[in-house]
Amino acid sequence: MKKIIALALTLIMVFALAASASAADTGSVYWLNFKPELDEAAQQLASMYTEETGVPVKVVTAASGTYSQTLTSEMDKSSAPTLFVIGNQAGVKEWGEFAMDLTDTPIANELNTDAYNLYDEDGRLVSIGYCFECYGIVVNCNLLKAAGHSLDELVNFEGLKAVAEDIHARAGELGFDAFVSADMDSSQSWRITGHLANLEYFYEERDAGGWSECPAELTGAYIDNFKALYDLIINNSLTDPSALATGGHDPANELKSGKAVFFLTGSWDYADITSELPNVAMIPYYCGVEGEEKAGLNCGTENCWAINDTVSDADKAATMDFMMWLVTDPEAAQIMVDQLGVLPYKNVPESANGFLADANNYAADGCYVMDWATNYQPNVDDYRAALVSALNAYNADQSDANWELVKTAFVDGWAVQYQSANG
Amino acid sequence: MKKGIFKNPLRRWFWLFLGPVTAAFAIGFVWPFIQGIYLSFCKFKLIRNATFIGFGNYLSALKDASFMHSFWYTALFALTSLVFINVLGFAAAYALTQGIRGSNLYRTVFFMPNLIGGIVLGYIWSMIFDGVLSRYGTSILMETKYGFWGLIILMCWQQIGYMMIIYIAGLQAVPEDMLEAARIDGATKSQTLFKVTIPNVMPSITICTFLSLTNGFKLFDQNLALTGGQPFIIQPDGSSIKTTEMLALNIYNTFYNSNSASKGVAQAKAVLFFILVAGIGLAQLAYTRKREVQQ
Repeated sequence: MKKIIALALTLIMVFALAASASAADTGSVYWLNFKPELDEAAQQLASMYTEETGVPVKVVTAASGTYSQTLTSEMDKSSAPTLFVIGNQAGVKEWGEFAMDLTDTPIANELNTDAYNLYDEDGRLVSIGYCFECYGIVVNCNLLKAAGHSLDELVNFEGLKAVAEDIHARAGELGFDAFVSADMDSSQSWRITGHLANLEYFYEERDAGGWSECPAELTGAYIDNFKALYDLIINNSLTDPSALATGGHDPANELKSGKAVFFLTGSWDYADITSELPNVAMIPYYCGVEGEEKAGLNCGTENCWAINDTVSDADKAATMDFMMWLVTDPEAAQIMVDQLGVLPYKNVPESANGFLADANNYAADGCYVMDWATNYQPNVDDYRAALVSALNAYNADQSDANWELVKTAFVDGWAVQYQSANG
Repeated sequence: MKKGIFKNPLRRWFWLFLGPVTAAFAIGFVWPFIQGIYLSFCKFKLIRNATFIGFGNYLSALKDASFMHSFWYTALFALTSLVFINVLGFAAAYALTQGIRGSNLYRTVFFMPNLIGGIVLGYIWSMIFDGVLSRYGTSILMETKYGFWGLIILMCWQQIGYMMIIYIAGLQAVPEDMLEAARIDGATKSQTLFKVTIPNVMPSITICTFLSLTNGFKLFDQNLALTGGQPFIIQPDGSSIKTTEMLALNIYNTFYNSNSASKGVAQAKAVLFFILVAGIGLAQLAYTRKREVQQ
C-alpha cells in the first residue's frame, strides 16, 4: 500500500511540475521556416532574441520541398507554429483561414511596399512579404571576356544565342562551355519547371492584362519562346542532354569552378557564387519575344509571413513583437539583409546583393519587371513532375513528337491540375 | 498459503508489466487506426476540424484511374518479387547449409543489405542503374520496364538475405533421421529436396511468402527514391499516368494534392489499402498453412 501511495505522490508531483511550467505563459514564438538556407541565421536570431527578452523562440526549418507536408502535420499539434509562410494564392486558399488579418498591425505599417502582400477573398491581409528575390541567367563575366564577348552583346535572344553557340563550338579550345548542366533531378529541376517556365506564364499574363488568381487554362502562346531558350540551354552545355535525367552534375559548382559561363539561378545564390567568382552579372530570360530588349529580371517572392490565428493571444503578440524586432533591431535586420537580400521594410539596412542591384538597374533603365507568374502553378508538385517526365523524354530524343508531349504537359497539364486542385 | 505468496502479488502487479505495452499499442496503433478509419469518412484539412461526409471519399478513390493503375502495377510487382525473392532466398539458404567453407561469412554478407534504409538504397541503386544505362543514352527514369525491373532487383538485393536467414533456420530443423532414411531408401538429391526437405520447411515458406507479399504491397521508400513514379505517360488531354507509382506512393501523393477534399480521399484509399493487404496476407497464410506437415 505504501508503495502505491508513493507512486501516486510521485505522479502528482510530476504533473504539478508540468503544470507550473506552462502556467507562466507570457507567450512564445514558434517559427516554421520555409528557407533551408536561412536556417542557421534563423536559429541564431532566435537565441539572440530569447537572450535579450526572455521570450522563448523555437525555429523549425522544413526540408527543401516539404514545406506543405511539414506545415500540415505541425498545424495539427497543440503547440502549432505561430509564424509560418503563405507564399502564393494557392497557399492563401489552403491556409488563409488559419492566418490572422494583418491589416494595420505594427508589422504591416512597417512595410515600405504592399507589392508582395497576399490578401484572401474577403480582403483580409493574410501574409506579408519579408524579402524579395530575383532570378535570371547568371553570367561569369571574366569567362565571357576570355571568350571574346561582352555583356553588351547579351541584350536579346539573338545576341545570347550567338554568344552561347560560339562558346559551345569553341569549348574544347577555350576550356569552358556556355551553359552548366540543366539537371532534371528533384534538387535542380525547379530551375527549369519553376523558373524558366515563368517566361511563358509571364508573357501570357502580360497579354491578359495581369492575373489576380490562377487561370483555369493557359493558351501556350509563348511555348515556342520557352522552347527556344530551353534548346539553347541544353544543347550548348557541358553535359549531353540525354544524361540530365538523374542529375548529379552539381551545376552551381560547375559555374563556380569556371567550367561554364551561364547558370540559371537567383539572388539567394549571390553570396555563395561571389565567394569564388567576384565578377558576375545577371541577365533576363531572353527568349525571342518582341521588345525583349526592355526585359528585366524575374522579381517576386514566395517568402511571406503569416501569423497563426488559432494560437493564444499571448503567442500572437509575442510573434508580432519578434517580427518587429527582426526588421527594426539594427543587428537583427543586418543579419536578415545579409541572408535574404532586400527586405521591404522601412528601417532595414541597404542590401549588398549584386543580383538585386542588377534587378534595380534594369528597372531604373525602364525595363519591365517579369513578375513571378510561376507562383500560380496549380497543384505545383504534380504539375512540375509531369513536366519533368516529358522533358526527360525530349532530352533523350529531341523529336517534334516528344516536344508535343512537353507542350501537352505544360499547357493542357495546367488545366488538368487546375481542375484537380479546384474541382 | 501458496496462493497468497505467488498468485496475489502477480494479480496485483500484472498491470505494471502489461500496462506500458498496452498503452504503447493503444496510443501508437489502436487509436490512430480508429481515427484513420473515421477520417476516411470526413473532409478535413486538419484532423481537429474534420467534418463527416459519408462514403464520398470511397467513391472518389475507386473512380480514380491513377489508384487503379497503381493497384495493378503493385500487384504485378508484389507477385514478381515474391517469386524471385523466395526462390533465390531458398536457393541461397540451401547452398549455405551444405557445409561450404565460409558459410557464416556469406550469411552475414547476404543479410547486410537488409540493414540499409529504403530511401538510401533507392538513391544508391538509381546511381548504379544510371551508371550502366547512361552508356546507352537512357536512364531508369525513361522507361517503365527499367523502373519495374530496377525495383525488382533492388528488392531482391535487399530481401533475399533476410528470407535466407529464415530458410536456413527451417532447413536446419529438418530432422536428420528423415534425411538419413531417404538416403538409405536410395532417394536422389532432388527427390530428397522436393519430397522431404521442402515439405518440412513449409512453415518457413509460409512466413517468407507472407512477408515478401505484404512487403511488396506496402513498398514506399524504395519506390519514392528510385523512380518516384517516373516516367509519366502524358495523355492527350494533359493528364498523366505515373507509370511506376505504387499504391503507398499514390496514397501519399493524393494526400498532398492541394485540393481541399484530397486528404479524405487519400485516407479512404489508405483504408482500402489496409483491407487489401490484410485480406491478401490472411488468404495466403491460410493457404500455405494447409500445406505444412506436422512433425
